[in-house]
Amino acid sequence: MAPAMAEPETGGMVVAGAGQGGLQVAESLRAEGYTGPITLIGDETQPPYHRPPLSKALLNGEVTDAQLGIRGLDFFERQRITLLTGVRVSSIDRAAQVVRLDDGRCLSYDGLALATGSRVRPLPVPGAELEGVFGLRTLDDAHRIGAALDAAERVVVIGGGFIGLEVAASARKRGRTVTVLEAAPRLMARVVAPFVSDFYADLHRSHGVDVVLGAQVVALEGSGGTVTAVRTADGTVYPADAVVAGIGIIANDDLAVAAGLACDRGIIVDDCARTSDPRITAVGDCTVRIADGAAPRRLESVQNAVEQGKAAAAALLGRERPFTAAPWFWSDQYDVKLQMVGLSSGHDRIVVRGSPAERRFSVFYFRDGALIAIDSVNRPPDHMTGRKLLDKRVPVTPEQVADESVQLAALAR
Amino acid sequence: MAKITFISHDGAEQVVEIPTGWTVMQGAVQNGVDGIEGECGGSCACATCHCYVDETFAGTLPAPSQTEEEMLECTSSERKPNSRLSCQIKVTPELDGMTLHLPETQS
Repeated sequence: MAPAMAEPETGGMVVAGAGQGGLQVAESLRAEGYTGPITLIGDETQPPYHRPPLSKALLNGEVTDAQLGIRGLDFFERQRITLLTGVRVSSIDRAAQVVRLDDGRCLSYDGLALATGSRVRPLPVPGAELEGVFGLRTLDDAHRIGAALDAAERVVVIGGGFIGLEVAASARKRGRTVTVLEAAPRLMARVVAPFVSDFYADLHRSHGVDVVLGAQVVALEGSGGTVTAVRTADGTVYPADAVVAGIGIIANDDLAVAAGLACDRGIIVDDCARTSDPRITAVGDCTVRIADGAAPRRLESVQNAVEQGKAAAAALLGRERPFTAAPWFWSDQYDVKLQMVGLSSGHDRIVVRGSPAERRFSVFYFRDGALIAIDSVNRPPDHMTGRKLLDKRVPVTPEQVADESVQLAALAR
Repeated sequence: MAKITFISHDGAEQVVEIPTGWTVMQGAVQNGVDGIEGECGGSCACATCHCYVDETFAGTLPAPSQTEEEMLECTSSERKPNSRLSCQIKVTPELDGMTLHLPETQS
């Protein structure tokens, strides 16, 4: 006889996933005046923590785990947010408005937010399962990589995107021999112009990193179950004691798919973070957003998680609070700060302002004469001003941008 | 540990004990101090942890880095001579008793 299903506890508002986005939903529900029960469910054992420092400050030993925490435990108590850690939502019964947790508990919900995040894309080559091969997503991952970097002589990074390059910079800081293998003909190809890619290839090379472009990894080689080398399609073998792969992420939408929510390599949401079920919202890396009739788009960023979190909390309370601000991102590598705002895909013209030779410049991206994105290298004011220009859709011409005597901040006011 | 007092724009006071070596932003955020957001987690990338340092401690703090200086140009509330980003203030025992005033808005 099947065991009787436990009577579900009343969850009120339930948030599945306790990363930055999930936490924001819980907090914003309180900020919006919701007084009922809020349950925040995270599969990691730590309370919510800041993820961006994992590949930088944490690997460099500049911060401890405790310093990465976003909120202390008394905060959850004061806000009457029930934080469950080390447990995940295993299924959603939308008709009954009940979630089942993998520890056997059931919670009924009036509103549900999915903030299930993402996982690293596994390397699709033989040897990916060897010891000494890492992906970076969680605090535990970062500690494993840190320990490996302590012991390793030669580190190979697969993937020349943000994560790979930040890890490469951190490994160099520890004095390791570092090789970056990037399949595309340039670094960070998906997000920045060739001009910026070239700048970063030079930057890493000037710090002693062997940057190999157009490198198709075909296999990882090992001995006794531990990685010893990375082999590329041209037959080159790169000896390695540790391999870090940063070749992208996969949205954790399995729960939503199983529950029958509309998904397309991520949970489909609108500008208000609503899914195809009016009682369910979704936020952060697990989502793809449909906006402006454009193709569904996944944004992997803190800002996206936070702003969607605010939008989702409002939506669960029947209010509209669309998130439409220009997306922004940043990456710290060595002493160079890259700040990006807007999406540069489809640009037809770039204008450089500042001095690449002095490692202080911004690249302004235009499409059909309109400013669509800015990448700033060690020029924070350009980035902060750019966010205003893009959010307010201030018309700016390439000529104005090219002319350093034009005060962009004045245009933004 | 240092006891730091945060005074919000509307005058509400909150005292927080922050361990040595942490940043003031980290201590404020973990204790849920209203008016300190710290969205970027302390990377000096968002300028949402802006605060005004009590004048008596101005000399105790190391000067801002160039990046912090430039981010301070872009705070959403008025920049003043005693403006700092709290993610760039490392707590030392000397900061015990420091008061920080919070701006009206961070973003």
